[in-house]
Amino acid sequence: MKARELSVREELLKGLWRENPVLVQVLGMCPSLAVTNTAPNALAMGVATFFVLVGSSFLVSSLRKVIPKPVRISTYIVIIATFVTIADLVLQAFVPGIHKELGAFISLIVVNCVILGRQEAFASRHGIRLAVADAVGMGAGFTFALFLLGATREILGNGTLFGVSLFGPNFEPWVVMILPPGGFLMLGAILLVFGAWKARAAARAKAAAVEPLRKAAA
Amino acid sequence: MSGHLLWIFLGAMVVNNFTLSYFLGLCPFFGVSGRLDTAFRLGLANIFVLVITSACAWALDRFILPYAPYLKLISFILVIASVVQFVEMAIKKLSPALFRALGIFLPLITTNCAILGLALFQTNRGYGFLEGIVFAIGAGAGLTLALVLMAGIRVEVELSDVPAAARGTAIQLLIAGILSLAFMGFAGLLGAG
Repeated sequence: MKARELSVREELLKGLWRENPVLVQVLGMCPSLAVTNTAPNALAMGVATFFVLVGSSFLVSSLRKVIPKPVRISTYIVIIATFVTIADLVLQAFVPGIHKELGAFISLIVVNCVILGRQEAFASRHGIRLAVADAVGMGAGFTFALFLLGATREILGNGTLFGVSLFGPNFEPWVVMILPPGGFLMLGAILLVFGAWKARAAARAKAAAVEPLRKAAA
Repeated sequence: MSGHLLWIFLGAMVVNNFTLSYFLGLCPFFGVSGRLDTAFRLGLANIFVLVITSACAWALDRFILPYAPYLKLISFILVIASVVQFVEMAIKKLSPALFRALGIFLPLITTNCAILGLALFQTNRGYGFLEGIVFAIGAGAGLTLALVLMAGIRVEVELSDVPAAARGTAIQLLIAGILSLAFMGFAGLLGAG
């Protein structure tokens, strides 16, 4: 029982950081770049994706013994599309402003590679608890990455965060950041920082592994 | 009328390029753009699927969805998945070499945002049958253009000395950003029309 507890925790955490769907696996870029021009939009998109991911993982995992193999992908897509339709209608009812700004991109959650990928790679092969843990971790990691992108783009492109002005009237906004090229450039920059940081950590780990040997030799 | 169609075509191809300004179809854009000829072929396969999708989406929107609007997403995605399956079988039969070259990315056209995006944009904007087809061809041509441009640039990048941290996706994203900036220059075209 203890081993199982441990792995639930493991599945939860890996999506947040070590296997973050956007920052490490670079999946699901279509929605993550298109709607992350402001922090609220990014957050709404992240939460909607989170809901769809957790819902579909739960359903796929509980139906995994019933779904016939040859038509599994189509089945997953129908399940995902159902949850996306729910998310779409709920957003339309409660936050019509954001729903209008996100437009067709809410519906496009259906074709987010992250969601289908998790169903095929994880939910269809594991029990409900693990599948939901995996989905929660991945969904949270996705939301985190989206929020990071959205917040930086809004701060640089508009000088605001959640509509609150940060720098006063003298700030000249980098308009390009809230336009489409800004999405590519920002994600590129974030991945660059991430890559540099990972390379440094790897180098340090290597140095730490070599150090005792060197001491022993001396 | 023909002028109107021309603007739909140009608008979808360069001004609002699906890949570079709507971020649709990014998976193949980064995944298959390693080689020029594969990129071009995938672009053609995309145009084909887009045109069929456009016709199907129009028919669904016209005849079925008025009775069950909440089925829009599910019916679109199912039709697209079946169409792609059909195209995959046809290509496997007709050109095994092309089938091998496209590899996993052909079935992945199903989860290509561009296909579903086209169906959704087309119905949201209320395009008719002919407008939809022209829109699909324009969007497909735009995707092909972006793919081929990206593949051409990546061939050069392979030969240059990129800093270790930027290798892989980061440099590709930065290139895409610059390409996207360049395509913004076309925005004036529509204003003039």
